[in-house]
Amino acid sequence: MTRQAPAAPRRLDFATELTRWEYAAAPETTRVEIAPRYGHFIGGEFAAPAGGGGHFASINPATEQPLCEVAQGSDADVDAAVRAARDALPAWAGLPAKERAKYIYRIARRIQERARELAVLETMDGGKPIRESRDVDIPLAAAHFFYHAGWADKLEFAFPGTRTAGTPVPPVRPVGVCGQIIPWNFPLLMAAWKLAPALACGNTCVLKPAETTPLTALRLAEICVEVGLPRGVVNVVTGDGRTGAAIVNHPGIDKIAFTGSTEVGKKIAAAVAGTGKRLTLELGGKSPNIIFEDASIDQAVEGIVEGIYFNQGHVCCAGSRLFVQESVLEEVVEKLRIRMASLRVGDPLDKNTDVGAINSKQQLATIRRYVEAGVAEGARLHEVNGHPLPDRGYWCRPSFFTGVQPSHVIAREEIFGPVLAVMSFRTPEEAITRANNTPYGLAAGVWTDKGSKIFEIARRLKAGVVWLNTYNKFDPASPFGGFKESGFGREGGLQGLRGYVRI
Amino acid sequence: MPERLNVTKTYKLFIGGAFPRTESGRSMKVAAADGPVVAHLCRASRKDLRDAVEAARAAHVKWAAATAYLRAQVLYRLAEMMEGKRRELEGAVAIGGGIEGEVARAIDRVVHYAGWADKYPQALGCANPVAGPYHNFTVPEPVGVVGVVCPDDAPLLGLVSLVAPVVCAGNACVVLASERSPVAACVLAEAIATSDMPGGVVNILTGLREELIPHFASHRGIDAIHAAGVGEEHRRVLELGAAENLKRVKVWVPEPDWFDDGACESPWCIEPFVEFKTIWHPSGS
Repeated sequence: MTRQAPAAPRRLDFATELTRWEYAAAPETTRVEIAPRYGHFIGGEFAAPAGGGGHFASINPATEQPLCEVAQGSDADVDAAVRAARDALPAWAGLPAKERAKYIYRIARRIQERARELAVLETMDGGKPIRESRDVDIPLAAAHFFYHAGWADKLEFAFPGTRTAGTPVPPVRPVGVCGQIIPWNFPLLMAAWKLAPALACGNTCVLKPAETTPLTALRLAEICVEVGLPRGVVNVVTGDGRTGAAIVNHPGIDKIAFTGSTEVGKKIAAAVAGTGKRLTLELGGKSPNIIFEDASIDQAVEGIVEGIYFNQGHVCCAGSRLFVQESVLEEVVEKLRIRMASLRVGDPLDKNTDVGAINSKQQLATIRRYVEAGVAEGARLHEVNGHPLPDRGYWCRPSFFTGVQPSHVIAREEIFGPVLAVMSFRTPEEAITRANNTPYGLAAGVWTDKGSKIFEIARRLKAGVVWLNTYNKFDPASPFGGFKESGFGREGGLQGLRGYVRI
Repeated sequence: MPERLNVTKTYKLFIGGAFPRTESGRSMKVAAADGPVVAHLCRASRKDLRDAVEAARAAHVKWAAATAYLRAQVLYRLAEMMEGKRRELEGAVAIGGGIEGEVARAIDRVVHYAGWADKYPQALGCANPVAGPYHNFTVPEPVGVVGVVCPDDAPLLGLVSLVAPVVCAGNACVVLASERSPVAACVLAEAIATSDMPGGVVNILTGLREELIPHFASHRGIDAIHAAGVGEEHRRVLELGAAENLKRVKVWVPEPDWFDDGACESPWCIEPFVEFKTIWHPSGS
């Protein structure tokens, strides 16, 4: 140990070799069984794919090793799933609402009981740190089913005063067969966001998990069997974008719910134009995180880290544009640099890991392209984390850019990785204008200890979720979804039910 | 030859609180049910639509920021002005073979939505019991500028039923009046101009659907579409264009009975034109 001079600020500097904290490896040891090959889940049974779709491998992004093979859903598979959902609809929608609720409660319970297995599987299939899948993804997925189960027999109170022409009493009816297409960043949680409200409102579903992360959705299908959910109420068809397109274009689908990129969301909106299909879209973002000089800076730095490095930055609402008031820019950047040096990047199954593997080779290439573009456009790249990375797997060190201009591609486009664009501002007015200067409007963060200011800024930000003095918090009771080109419709909470009922 | 020649009126567009002619210099004739031409109107162009959207965008910000109490009073004032112009509105509605009682019902509908301005956030928003030390609540906010395409049946009541829920929430709008019976919309514009409604909050165009609907659909300054009485093809065009910038679209299919208060008077008619904003703040420390 070296003795510090009395005048120097006292702090732990994780960035130097001298004081770096080393951890012993702490791998999660729970073993999960993975079959060599999975089919689709249609009409209550696991079935081999029909129509010549074949199989493809699901890769563990931390090792680049295949975990198993899953089916590539063909038009015939999708058609079979839609027919199963259609057949199941009258009985499910007609079930006493209390009974419907009990099935959904049971699903929540089974997720809780199988939580560790699901967490490990999620981490192996998608690369996210076990700490996050164990503490965030899986508990929230269970909570989503639990929350929505209770709505099943209370829908008339969610939509008071509604009625259809000629009827005195409000029948809140399901939309019908829902095609639900979900992304790879929160696989089981997104399945829960889609299925739980749909089932509570009496709909039946055809769910397509992302091609890189199908395993927990297939486990959820097993849970549907375990709880005795009537056949065909939930169907899972695996596959890539072609399978998604088959769902979108199937005439037997009444509603599409999609979470993914804005680019694909617009294509889906165009595809369903004029068909009468209902649509909700939860799309991309380039969310601003605004730090004022009167914020609690240490807390704000934690919020910045939580905002952009959570789940490797594979978060649609990631706080990827950081706006720092000029007077505290230097302090924030310095503290961020110190904090980032302590992030542990590596084996996602290690309980100490903060940043896991990038979900796929393709996504890693995308992130690298953006980092190169940032450098090429003249922004300054800071990659302060020097921990050695594993030899195999898809890895990306968390980083941030300073000297970013609003016109830079890294300040405008969604990177979907652990890359932050840091910019400064002088006045609240400027912060608001620049924060809103984007076609997206999913989320925003604001950090200040001034109460009236924070609510005024919150009011003026064009974003569906505004986190004040916090970031990346989620709850089944709290609606989530975007303004503008971040999509429409909400998921979760009272407002999230609206996409799954006819009133 | 008559003793005195009537001074017939040429109806103009209503944009930003003013009554400009169409920049295209085109006009349309409106004939009474029994034949004779009773009025000339502007046939709006794409450029007129762009001007109207610009006016609406400028007006929307202040209108959305106005207190809900003020918006309620302005809408109520509009009902007062409509009552004063009731005979003229009835005459205008009659040109297209109007329905008995349409004007009175339209006035009452404006009064209904005047009342929602300072209540709909309470009906549609809520506090959320999240599992953690956070204050969490959801509030509806106006989506912005709404393109309104009006039905031919009940040309005044249909228009009012589409516009009032949009405007009471703090949105601005650009309205395409009924193509078959547009005169009532022009008279309504005069009522709006003499109410306390800020210029640009409601803009009214007269013209042809076939020409203007594609531009409503594709204009990026329009955030949402509210339409009724459009055919299947126009609905498809609206939804396809909307996909380009993810406009929110509400097309009434089938067209409701505009005299049915149950169907046309509800916060669920406002809901398609709001964005839900959910705000989190830590509490407890």
